[in-house]
Amino acid sequence: MKEAKRSIICRCEDISEEDVLKAIDEGYIDLEELRKKLRIGMGPCQGRVCIQLVMKILERKTGKKIPKVSLQTSRPPLVPVSLGTLAGDKDEK
Amino acid sequence: MKSKADVVIIGGGVNGCSLAYGLTKKGLDVVVVEKKYLSSGATGACGAGIRQQWSTVENAKLAIESVKIFEKLSKELGEDIEFRQGGYLIAVHDENEMKQAEKNVNMQRSLGLKVDILKPDEINDVVSILDVKGMYAVGATFCPTDGHANPFKTTFAYANAARRYGAEINTYTKVVGLKTKNKEINAVATDKGVINTGVVVNAAGIDSKEIAGMVNVDLPLSPFRKEIMATERLKPLFEAMVISFKDGIYFSQQQEGQIVGGIPIPEERSGYKTMPTISFMQHMARTLTRYAPVLKHVNMLRHWTGFYDVTPDARPILGEVKELKGFIQCNGFSGHGFMLSPMVSKLLVDLIANHKTPDVLINLNLDRFKGKKIDREMYVVG
Repeated sequence: MKEAKRSIICRCEDISEEDVLKAIDEGYIDLEELRKKLRIGMGPCQGRVCIQLVMKILERKTGKKIPKVSLQTSRPPLVPVSLGTLAGDKDEK
Repeated sequence: MKSKADVVIIGGGVNGCSLAYGLTKKGLDVVVVEKKYLSSGATGACGAGIRQQWSTVENAKLAIESVKIFEKLSKELGEDIEFRQGGYLIAVHDENEMKQAEKNVNMQRSLGLKVDILKPDEINDVVSILDVKGMYAVGATFCPTDGHANPFKTTFAYANAARRYGAEINTYTKVVGLKTKNKEINAVATDKGVINTGVVVNAAGIDSKEIAGMVNVDLPLSPFRKEIMATERLKPLFEAMVISFKDGIYFSQQQEGQIVGGIPIPEERSGYKTMPTISFMQHMARTLTRYAPVLKHVNMLRHWTGFYDVTPDARPILGEVKELKGFIQCNGFSGHGFMLSPMVSKLLVDLIANHKTPDVLINLNLDRFKGKKIDREMYVVG
């Protein structure tokens, strides 16, 4: 393992650049497929840190411009919110 | 893209991909067309559960046989699909529900399934974080061999295996028409070209209705938007999927540690809109923390929507359409396409490759809706 050279792309799920490149080589050339394969963007940051980087890598590898590369679907609440907060203080009617 | 194939499968969800795998393994030349990416529809949005506890014999049989296949699937496909058997715990809330549950358990046991009826004080032995009083449970049924798997990885593993056997899988390819000749399927027209074929499988999820409409076949499918959420990852807390037909809630903890679950919002009606709602988040959070108060400090990370393609009896439409030779349905799963996919594919592969039509395919054919009394599946959640 070349740990020293491992560039982390997704901090939440501990996914490196090599992991992304390997998955693209295996045929996962769609952002959502990559996401579902590697869990990129599924952690607490919900893709804020990693998705731009993954899109750049996808662009470089596939030769397609960003608008042609699919965008991640937006999934609320966007920032983590506790279930207790969402449930509110009042009892359900 | 190929211009000719033995079979064209419309839809790159778990059913389309598992069928492509099964058919290519039999030596058939298969092309899959998917309008977006693999698992982009109901498969990728689903709750990942695999359940054998049903109220109708057909669904129970399909599910029991599917579990037998799931148990060996990672090995068969050469990729880990994260199949885990933590059981399904179905909460029972009153006497009437208990009567229905007992009837179903007897039917399930007659098919050889191991299912237990739990007393309230036995529920925490299975899932320790549940508040039995808060969920108003008078009991539960529990099948230890139910479980869940990763729907994305299952679909990708099927697709990869199918490609190794020679299937051509075309994503971002939209079907624009179906061609027929003398009441037989003749070709599929896509936005990337025409594929001549004698067999078309309609596994397009909620879009199956539109596809069938191209050849004037009316499928009784209604789209129902469903919402589902995931929390942050937690240490392992429980293994079973917990569901309640009365409250509509279901939730489980996945292999990576996140809790995934859903619940219908009361005002929801049939339709094609996909926007996630705040009322779902509130309703889910309230019900989930009522079932498991300890989860109130856990963060919800995201929620998303998917569609159930619901039939009048909540059971799938499978097999060849009587009036159009070569037009095969694989849709109408009503929220259970992932869990039933292994056996459904096996049956349809047998139909297409070996021309076999077992009773279950006759009972689930489209023509069951023509004037006959239908046996409705009661056990639908979410």
